[in-house]
Amino acid sequence: MPMPILVLGLGNILLMDEGVGVRAMEAFDAAWSVPDHVSVVDGGTCGMDMLDLIASHKHLIAVDAVKTGAPPASLTVLRGDEVPAYFKGKLSPHQLGLSDLLASLRLQDEAPESVTVVGCVPMALGTGLIMSPEIEAVIPRMVTMIVEELARLGVTATPRP
Amino acid sequence: MAQRVVVDPVTRIEGHLRVDCEVDGGKVTKAWASGQMWRGIELILQGKDPRDAWVFAQRICGVCTTVHAITSVRAVENALKLEVPLNAQYIRNMIQGAHNVHDHIVHFYHLSALDFVDIVSALKADPAATAKLAQSISGWPRNSTQEFATAQKKLQAFINSGQLGIFGSGYWGHPAMKLTPEANLMAAAHYLQALDYQRRMNKVVAILGSKTPHIQNMAVGGVTNPINMDSQSTLTLEKLMYIKQLIDEVGDFITQVYIPDVAAIGAFYADWTQYGRGVVNYLSIPDMPLDTKGTVFALPAGYIDGGDLAKFTPIKDFHDPYFEKGVKESVKHSWYQGGKGPLHPYDGETIPNFTDWQDDGKYSWIKSPTFYDKRAQVGPLANVLGMYASGHQRTQFWVNAVLDAVSGHLGSKVGVDALHSTIGRHAARAVRCVVLHEELQNQWTLLMENIAKGDTKTFNKPVFPKGEIRGFGFHEAPRGMLSHWVVIENGKIKNYQAVVPTTWNAGPRDEDGNISAYEAALLDNPVAVADQPLEIIRTLHSFDPCLACAVHLTDTETKSHYQVKVV
Repeated sequence: MPMPILVLGLGNILLMDEGVGVRAMEAFDAAWSVPDHVSVVDGGTCGMDMLDLIASHKHLIAVDAVKTGAPPASLTVLRGDEVPAYFKGKLSPHQLGLSDLLASLRLQDEAPESVTVVGCVPMALGTGLIMSPEIEAVIPRMVTMIVEELARLGVTATPRP
Repeated sequence: MAQRVVVDPVTRIEGHLRVDCEVDGGKVTKAWASGQMWRGIELILQGKDPRDAWVFAQRICGVCTTVHAITSVRAVENALKLEVPLNAQYIRNMIQGAHNVHDHIVHFYHLSALDFVDIVSALKADPAATAKLAQSISGWPRNSTQEFATAQKKLQAFINSGQLGIFGSGYWGHPAMKLTPEANLMAAAHYLQALDYQRRMNKVVAILGSKTPHIQNMAVGGVTNPINMDSQSTLTLEKLMYIKQLIDEVGDFITQVYIPDVAAIGAFYADWTQYGRGVVNYLSIPDMPLDTKGTVFALPAGYIDGGDLAKFTPIKDFHDPYFEKGVKESVKHSWYQGGKGPLHPYDGETIPNFTDWQDDGKYSWIKSPTFYDKRAQVGPLANVLGMYASGHQRTQFWVNAVLDAVSGHLGSKVGVDALHSTIGRHAARAVRCVVLHEELQNQWTLLMENIAKGDTKTFNKPVFPKGEIRGFGFHEAPRGMLSHWVVIENGKIKNYQAVVPTTWNAGPRDEDGNISAYEAALLDNPVAVADQPLEIIRTLHSFDPCLACAVHLTDTETKSHYQVKVV
């Protein structure tokens, strides 16, 4: 049995671009099918509720809104040692939730072996279910990035018919 | 000279609470609580199908997802006067019971214990002496020298790794930290164990809710869990037995670890019964309905005026006009257009009017709710006192048990009055946790017995009439009474308001200038070191503010910045 992998969309879909991680994860899930050992999950804004979910996977690909200082709609991938910096520099609105979860899992010796963040810099964070057109436009590229990250982990995603 | 201390969270997710305090002579003399984010959920829901409202409502908050889902369907069912099948009531009751128990364990150990427990001091403890201390207060099998030595090594390794993470912003060595190294190690080891038990409790939510985060099984009219003891894809006997096992495992942790820990830490910090009293009008609502109409409840509650348990008015059922008519919200000090005086949630308006911060004017995005024109405190303390005043026997039993344990540690009698305080809110939360856990077991039994009778019904189909209907739903959530209010016209949502627990506790001044529970509780709080206001954080955390976030703490005199954790 291959190592279980989790693709986790994070963000609040009620706050426009804040939900870009969830929207990208949904777009990926709609367009690509993955083998059984890959879970594609809408994590929303949840915190401690996700401990069990993350603990049951060896690799985590978090898809999230990030603040890197780059212009809105900029995309980024952080891997390995770059990920703690993402937490330390507080680039993500959800960073405390996710970093707390990962720290808690380290205390329980159940942290994932690898954590990758696929991120997008948001433009508007007002109340609303619709994303900015500029952010909507980069969703396909984020989906491609998720496919590429899975490929790095040896997983071939297949386009859905 | 008075100093202004600002505690200002920066995350955008849970609550955006900012608290300003004037500190003079080592204590808080004035306080303002401010919500720094406008949610406007009502605008998103306008025009939507009421059957879908819960799906969006459970995204309001990242911590309390299930509670918004349950309250939302209750509001729509209330408007339709729709009955809910018994199985659905029991399944919902188990979901909320498990969620609340999970949440209370997380709040005490992971989000607030470190205000009282010094992790760095725990590294200096003698594991054998710690075991002796722990065994003197509880028969928990894991209170062994070996267990404490292992926990200490784990903490040391974690701190040595340099990635402090969850421990990164503690006030280690602060003069207000009073526990011995051994007491600190005992609590820290239980912190580690609690990580495991809260997860087991959350598994119950996941199994019944089909998924966490964000449960999938709610529906206006019931739940979508098909019950068929023989089909693997439904709620089976096997799943129900696994749920029972999880519930039982967590019960021992609550009675043998959580309750004794709260009593011991409460006794060490007995002076904290004098701080954080706040508003002592307590509002909570009955929950865990036992019939299809929502008229009989496992857990009674109501309103207590002025902290006097003799002045208790019960809230009787899901349609009680005493509750429905009592709630109003003022925006006089909130960033909304006002001028109409306090409005009932059905008539509530949400038209932004940002003015920047004004100490005597508008300073918050939170509205100010009142109950018959009075400020009220909500939360586990309000709920426990409400159940106590209702004569709920298990609540009275556990309140007395905790107070007796504290009295035993102190060698002097501690009464119910001690609960009106910062440390009292922690004690009440522990009591509520064990009472809910016992009720969770009851609900499991009720569900099994009802299924055994051959009843497998879980859903009544809602039918929406032409014209306008309105309704409210309430739920006693981990942070207190939550209510959703909905106006439906021709089957579509016309108005929707969520009056959340933190609104009651953390609102700004009301129409008459009366302060909220947070603001009142902070008055006279000691502050030993102005730029490390651990004591302010303690009182805020005792309410379990819904903030999964870090806060920037700024001393505006010196402009120094601190990272503090308010989770």
